[in-house]
Amino acid sequence: MKIGVLALQGDVREHIASLGDCGVSARSVKTRDDIDSIDALIIPGGESTTIAKLARAFGVFDLIKARIGSGMPTYGSCAGMILIADQILDGGPDQEILGGIDVQVRRNAFGRQVDSFETDLSFAGIGGTTFRAVFIRAPWVESVGAGVEVLASFNGHPVAIRQGHLLATSFHPELTGDNRIHRFFVDQLCKESSKVRL
Amino acid sequence: MSEEKLVQTGTSRVKRGMAEMLKGGVIMDVVDAEQARIAEDAGAVAVMALERVPADIRAQGGVARMSDPEMISEIQRSVSIPVMAKVRIGHFVEAQILQSLGVDYIDESEVLTPADYTHHIDKWNFTIPFVCGATNLGEALRRVNEGAAMIRSKGEAGTGDVSNATTHMRSISDEIRRLSSMREDELYVAAKELQAPYDLVKEVATTGKLPVVLFTAGGIATPADAAMMMQLGADGVFVGSGIFKSANPARRAAAIVKSVTFFDDAKVLAEQSRGLGEAMVGINVSDIPAPHRLAERGW
Repeated sequence: MKIGVLALQGDVREHIASLGDCGVSARSVKTRDDIDSIDALIIPGGESTTIAKLARAFGVFDLIKARIGSGMPTYGSCAGMILIADQILDGGPDQEILGGIDVQVRRNAFGRQVDSFETDLSFAGIGGTTFRAVFIRAPWVESVGAGVEVLASFNGHPVAIRQGHLLATSFHPELTGDNRIHRFFVDQLCKESSKVRL
Repeated sequence: MSEEKLVQTGTSRVKRGMAEMLKGGVIMDVVDAEQARIAEDAGAVAVMALERVPADIRAQGGVARMSDPEMISEIQRSVSIPVMAKVRIGHFVEAQILQSLGVDYIDESEVLTPADYTHHIDKWNFTIPFVCGATNLGEALRRVNEGAAMIRSKGEAGTGDVSNATTHMRSISDEIRRLSSMREDELYVAAKELQAPYDLVKEVATTGKLPVVLFTAGGIATPADAAMMMQLGADGVFVGSGIFKSANPARRAAAIVKSVTFFDDAKVLAEQSRGLGEAMVGINVSDIPAPHRLAERGW
């Protein structure tokens, strides 16, 4: 199982380091050949409008979209959550998204940087105590479709969701040194999907 | 126990984390809503709202100050990406005003006329994160010690001459490499020589990098300039006058964005450098008399 971190823009290194802590050697990916070579993908935090434009400009947008559609395990944090949601509210002008999870996500929902915060959340399925979640100009999930599992919520808004092979968080576990969510992605989503393929 | 008590804003992790999200990106100087929209369309990760780009500040002279809040608010309304703005070195009241406007990052900038020739702003007092300029590692760590959550090399703003940015990037990374190779008992003297706190010096020596994200600024005018800064170890770039003082800002802006992502792929860089029209005219830093060099402001 080869896991790639989309390296067009954003906090790529932190995701690679978090996977490294889980014993997974991940690679940064940005070209078509790179994407073809991986079995699972993380879309990092960053500026979602920039990442989408670069994906389009360098011809990987439709490829990633197709891979997500055909079952590639994918995890998106913050900007990554926006990109793998089916619908976006408050997007940039003509902002494109890849889609995948049957949810509506509101971009910058928690406000500007002055409102960015950290807090402790209960996160279903990762074991142990609460998770320290860092929200930076973060989105929240406005509404979820049938078949979407809500793993964590904050003030009534879902902030971590899963639908089959897709996982998304509004916050940034890669900034905290707590790798339980990356481990959850590797153990629950990546390994499950490779079993199916066998 | 109320849930609100458990929510913390303005922590170091939240401030420094915001800069982590800008990595691999380009932050562009804009003077109005139209330029801000061009920058957003081109793929900028953030815009820096200011009344005059450094090239004009240099040409027109006079005291350069924080921009009119009305102009900053208009830019905030016109784009969905983060908006930064500049305050004068040491001018903590300008910073209080920008924080009240809800700008996403404050640049305590040598491009504006300093308000205090002794003290920088105590940046720990703010919820909003600050980026500060530095010409070397000691200066960078002094700013981090005052609470800066992001550092940019200074370069020489408003010139289109990248040579000072190169010097500052090389200087910062050379000094980091030097610290990494030192014995532990040598770090005390290194801290003294760098005029930086020992704890930060030790942290840099251990991790081999600054405690915060490092961007480059000052004199970047072409896709090749931006890519060179990335190859020298920058996490991203600020482009000031280089975009909107060129012949085709929209095209040049998009080309610089793509060149920062593919900074190590000469084929992409060649493609992005093709047919961009005139770059900003520029001034050689060596032709600017020393008292007018902006990089020498700050201490």
